[in-house]
Amino acid sequence: MLGLSAAIATAIASVALYLQLLDNGPLRYAVGGWGAPLGIELYADGLSVLMLLMSALVGLGVSLYALRYFKHDAQPAGFWPLWLMMWTGLNALFLASDIFNLYVTLELIGLSAVALVALAGNRHALSGAMRYLLVSLLASLCYLLGVVLLYHAFGTVDIQLLGMAMKASPASYAALGLMVGGLLLKSALFPFHFWLPPAHASAPTPVSALLSALVVKASFYLLLRLWFDVFPAANVDFGWLLGTLGALAILWGSVQALRQSRLKMLIAYSTVAQLGYLFIPFALLSPQAWQGGIYFVLSHALAKAAMFMAAGNILKFSGHDRITDLDRIAQRLPITMTAFCLAGVSLMGLPPSGGFIAKWLMLDAALTHQQWMWALVMIVGGLLAAAYVFKVVGYAFTKADVQDNKPAESIPALMEWAPLALAVTAILLGLNANYPMALLSIGNPLAGVSP
Amino acid sequence: MSQEILYALAGVGLFVLGLHGLIVYAHLLRKILALNIMGSGVFLVLIALGRRSAVADPVPDAMVITGIVVTVSATALALVLLLRLKEMTGHTDLEQNDRHHEQ
Amino acid sequence: MSTLLPLLLLASSLIPGLIIFFLNEEQVRLRITLNMAGAIIKLALVLLMVWGVYHGQSYEARLPLLPGLELALHADALALLFVVLSSVLWLVTTVYAIGYLEDSPNRSRFFGFFSLCVTATVGVALSDNLITFLLFYELLTLSTYPLIIHRGTEVARKAAKVYLFYTLVGGALLLLATVWLYTVAGTLSFTPKGFLAGIDPQHHNVLVAIFVLLIAGFGVKAAIIPLHGWLPKAMVAAAPVSALLHAVAVVKAGAFGIVRVIHEVYGVAFASSLGLLMPLALLAAATIIYGSIRALYQDDLKRRLAYSTISQVSYIILGSAIAGPVAAIGGIVHLVHQGLMKITLFFCAGNLAETLGIHKISEMNGVGRRMPWTMAAFTLAALGMIGVPPLAGFISKWYLGVGALEADQGWVIWILMGSSVLNAAYFLPILHAAWFKPPSPVWPAERHFGNKETAWALLLPPLITALFSLATGLFANTEFSPLQWAIFISALEFKP
Repeated sequence: MLGLSAAIATAIASVALYLQLLDNGPLRYAVGGWGAPLGIELYADGLSVLMLLMSALVGLGVSLYALRYFKHDAQPAGFWPLWLMMWTGLNALFLASDIFNLYVTLELIGLSAVALVALAGNRHALSGAMRYLLVSLLASLCYLLGVVLLYHAFGTVDIQLLGMAMKASPASYAALGLMVGGLLLKSALFPFHFWLPPAHASAPTPVSALLSALVVKASFYLLLRLWFDVFPAANVDFGWLLGTLGALAILWGSVQALRQSRLKMLIAYSTVAQLGYLFIPFALLSPQAWQGGIYFVLSHALAKAAMFMAAGNILKFSGHDRITDLDRIAQRLPITMTAFCLAGVSLMGLPPSGGFIAKWLMLDAALTHQQWMWALVMIVGGLLAAAYVFKVVGYAFTKADVQDNKPAESIPALMEWAPLALAVTAILLGLNANYPMALLSIGNPLAGVSP
Repeated sequence: MSQEILYALAGVGLFVLGLHGLIVYAHLLRKILALNIMGSGVFLVLIALGRRSAVADPVPDAMVITGIVVTVSATALALVLLLRLKEMTGHTDLEQNDRHHEQ
Repeated sequence: MSTLLPLLLLASSLIPGLIIFFLNEEQVRLRITLNMAGAIIKLALVLLMVWGVYHGQSYEARLPLLPGLELALHADALALLFVVLSSVLWLVTTVYAIGYLEDSPNRSRFFGFFSLCVTATVGVALSDNLITFLLFYELLTLSTYPLIIHRGTEVARKAAKVYLFYTLVGGALLLLATVWLYTVAGTLSFTPKGFLAGIDPQHHNVLVAIFVLLIAGFGVKAAIIPLHGWLPKAMVAAAPVSALLHAVAVVKAGAFGIVRVIHEVYGVAFASSLGLLMPLALLAAATIIYGSIRALYQDDLKRRLAYSTISQVSYIILGSAIAGPVAAIGGIVHLVHQGLMKITLFFCAGNLAETLGIHKISEMNGVGRRMPWTMAAFTLAALGMIGVPPLAGFISKWYLGVGALEADQGWVIWILMGSSVLNAAYFLPILHAAWFKPPSPVWPAERHFGNKETAWALLLPPLITALFSLATGLFANTEFSPLQWAIFISALEFKP
């Protein structure tokens, strides 16, 4: 209960910050009165607050779900402290304004995430967690080395100051390479995605939801900040590389998702594929592409969390998550299946949904500058997503050969409605994008893009 | 100054050695140690390159201390995971684990 | 009220649908009440809207989507035509479906998605720009899938998979085309005579490409060859589904989309100048002939009707592709006429299946004596499809023919005649067998309904729609007939 109240309080605080942002524009705050460079400063602009609100929404949904999920298990002791610690890390990351602080928050998030994965206690979870930990630490160290090089070259770790002082030099190239490499590892961009499916699939369900929805987005957010605020003056353009990797991620991830026989693995590979979409705007020339990318982050977070929670319900109800045997279960969990389908609609990018708006914006950006390949990749990606979503949904309608009448563990209502609420929100995001767009533009975070 | 460059290079060398160890060795304990070495390498670079003027700069020191704390916690977590993994499966590397899982 | 009415129209099937999802199987009365109430309210609202538009009222509803893009519903003449058709047919199909599905499993799920389908169809009809159209079009895909797979058998699952593949790829092409068009033209609102004529000539190649994509995307649902493959397979669904959806909602949505594209995105004159309409007309003609020929070889009744649908829907496309006012009238009015006649045929096929277990034409010998009213309706509709005056089908073909001559496309007459001959070839033997051949001693699977030939709910709908097909033909020259309406719509497009 305490955990839930903390979750609600955090959510309320995020909304309050949002309202303040609307009134006052971007905000800067020095913690404890200690300004940079020794103290920690917090900076909030439209993008940060959007991320905070996203975490709040998803976090709240998952917290409600987790309240019931862990009621019957022996795991609860570890979940709440770790999750709240992770949330703290996420919020701190979104509000940080210097790159060293970002390292600390990255580690905080990473360590709590690993511990959360390991909570499930079985061998798959433990080995998934171990792999995740090793990758995460490697990535953070690369990032840290980059920070070190930048500090040496420019004498500051503050993002704004770095942006102004930046110039092309071997040190900045090296730092760029290291930091981007580390963050790509953490964001599981192809080909650095190998750690994600085992970790996300074998973690306890609320953890899978949080990881796919929020944690991978954190490193992506960092990449964005570096891209827009720190490195533009260094004049290195490798956006095409990121875009290509993103396209490969979409194709590879979707195909792998289709080959899975377990539901949670399918969803995890779907995350790998969908993360690819996030990197396509790097290769597009139009600034509008970024609005699409951020919108994608939002809708994917909601939809993926909903999807994992739905899968968790199925898993709990029947004890397994084999896709071909879903028909005996899915028909007895209609609310769960509805949540899954609605989340699927957003993932496929079908209207009306947040995913559709995101896709529209990115397609618009691509076609305005005649970048056919990217447009085609996104279209094909949508069709592949439809393939793996309907692979699951189809089984919700078929008649099982053997009517499984064993009295299954019934799912508490909260656990069915939480994913439905998040999925519906993903759909609603598709119905008036003006508000989130307006929020995004406060403080002009996406202005630093080099055309 | 050349002394700092020397230390910096040593730090980078440690980083690379650690990276090599991380990738090559299969035993998890060795991987963890490799990561620790990489961490030490980074800190070494930080201290070596951190000096920007005649006056001692407190910022790199603060960063290193924070970094050390983080690394210690991370290592602790890693070791606990390793122990649980060994307890549960009897293996101490990920590849054997996977093979076992696929059977 | 002018903003509310379109939204209410959508809500009248959306809200009952959502409620029905939560009902238990046993709550039959409540479900029937909700269904009927929704259908009746929708029809009433539609008639109210027609009356209002006739008196100069304008109905529109808008919702901003993105800066520069909005979802818009607007009741213009073409929209109203489709909406009235859909509402009337939804009402009769609801009655029919209630009768047909009595005692079958998962009715709540069925009627829930059924209502969603109609909501989507009404949305398609009322869309005022291409993106709203796209939204409801995809919604239609999503809500028809559960209806095809409803029975849950392996056959149903495969058919639904094929359907999904075709329609989602079509939808993807549409999305690509729509975004592309938006980047070129800056707007997507349907405008009489189109909004692309003023675009810089250097973009004309792009516009041609976009046209092809749009036609392909809509053509999947409209079952133009070679994109028609899903339709015969989808006949595995229950008769009410085949009737409403594949005779009316889905295929008409595709054809409607093509009509909108030709008339209100490109404009007939502009499309013609780009050389787009002739290939389309040829494709439509090919579909007409191909569908009819394939129909000849089908013994399964519903499959024969499916191929007939493939053939007939292309009349609508042909009408618009001929680029003449009279031909356009023929095409647009056929939207209504074909809907009425085809749904009658499917209702009758469903009756034969439900009451006597008949699925094949070879089993239909002498059925006219056992089920005279059903076969009477079937006969009327079949004769209409062939084009016998004064039934509705004749009117459409007449206008298409005259329009073709007027637009110097005389070859179309041959197509029309050939198609009528083929229609006769695949319908007349059925009628002959039903009325004049001696019946076999035992029907495949007979159910008795007292001394009626079949349940009222199954009998009334086809009779009603058959009468409508007769009436729309007989009274075509009265003020409120679909024909006059089509003439009005065509005048809007073609008047200088």
